[in-house]
Amino acid sequence: MIKKECIIIGGGPAGLCAATMALAAGCEVLLVERSSKLGGQLTKQTHKFFGSKNQYAKWRGFDIAEKLISEIIDHPKLTVLLNTTVVGLYKDQVITVLSGQKYTRYQGESLLVATGASEKFLAFENNDLPGVYGAGAIQTLMNIYGVLPGKNVVMIGSGNIGLIVSYQLIQAGAFVSTIVEAAPFIGGYKVHASKLVRLGTKILTSTTVKRAIGKDHVEAVEIISLDENFKEVPDSSRIIPCDALCVSVGLSPMHHLLSMIGALTKYIPELGGFVPLINDHFQTSLPPVFAVGDCVGIEEASAAMMEGFLGGLYMSEFLNKKHPNHDELIEKYEKELFLLRDGPYGKKIKAGLKKMEDANQYVE
Amino acid sequence: MRIKNHPILEFPQEEEIAFTFEGKSVKGNKGDTIASALSALGIMTLGHSIKRNRPRGFYCAIGNCASCNMIVNGVPNVRTCITSLEENMDVWRQKDKGVIK
Repeated sequence: MIKKECIIIGGGPAGLCAATMALAAGCEVLLVERSSKLGGQLTKQTHKFFGSKNQYAKWRGFDIAEKLISEIIDHPKLTVLLNTTVVGLYKDQVITVLSGQKYTRYQGESLLVATGASEKFLAFENNDLPGVYGAGAIQTLMNIYGVLPGKNVVMIGSGNIGLIVSYQLIQAGAFVSTIVEAAPFIGGYKVHASKLVRLGTKILTSTTVKRAIGKDHVEAVEIISLDENFKEVPDSSRIIPCDALCVSVGLSPMHHLLSMIGALTKYIPELGGFVPLINDHFQTSLPPVFAVGDCVGIEEASAAMMEGFLGGLYMSEFLNKKHPNHDELIEKYEKELFLLRDGPYGKKIKAGLKKMEDANQYVE
Repeated sequence: MRIKNHPILEFPQEEEIAFTFEGKSVKGNKGDTIASALSALGIMTLGHSIKRNRPRGFYCAIGNCASCNMIVNGVPNVRTCITSLEENMDVWRQKDKGVIK
């Protein structure tokens, strides 16, 4: 078994920022990432970020990833494992990793989980047909590999991801004929929705998909209208031809590794589902194990980065390697997080965090 | 289908990588994963479900959903959406749970 000071699971925005701070504080870091490159979802985000300067506003996602990676990649105390999946997490911060056909074990004095989120699925007939894609998968195919998954796409879900991916599909040369949304209103920012309507996309609210149609792959989709109780309106069925159907109905935190070691979790719908309970130092119920980013609550990548910085700082403090500017940096990133959540769109997150806080009091 | 023109991104002509799919010689690009190369070739069915033999395609792109599991160089259950394409790889659709040799 190989021993390391800090193990960070996940090389996305949260994991990269945590590594940045832990390295700056003088810790030795092992960063484990299952895909072939670091950067996580940032690498496929071609849109410009909102927010403040410290939150990388006006930067495109993939440029942020490149900056974060370039700042740490040559650090002598950093070891990066790519194409490596953590398949087991055990007590005493032991992990088993799988790389190709080979299993290896590592033990960390501390461990930080930044596994992010996976896409939620939707139940409808033929939802397993090839041509039904998760929104994130379409973004990856188009923006990283330069492959267009279809020419005529129907999007399910009008949250910001659904709207942004629709726009990016059009940029890449596809036609997005329709976005269906089960709720009676558009979920994402109106500025994105208006842009799509100007480009010829129909956004149908109170509408959902009933089934995908096709033998070996998607050829069309049947949609239906919903009443105020989300029940099917009789005779409202319509068939829309398409060669790709994109499911964008939200994300769910990947807390599973933490559940393996019995870290306490709680179902908090505002944060996306089951999440590990963490305190204000991003510590789980098993103190040497920390968790940051989307795996503790679905938010924007900007929030994941701020949480990553904070988690990295607190983890270094836990290892008695406090960053020289610890207090100042904590204050800075706490403030950024506060500002990110301080709008009408932050209400849901704040309600979720309140539930987390209440649950923590009960535990203690 | 490969994207040629894009307002923000550039996709320069990459070096080609030869591999086989279901015994046929095909080509992908340097930088591709196995699944992205197959997707670019218009191949949508990557395997079949174990019980009902239903076609399975690309779904999550992060190695999470198992929909793109294939047999690569004789090894089953390879998550092709996160496995980099390499020269002369032998790629087959999977129809069962896979056999450990």
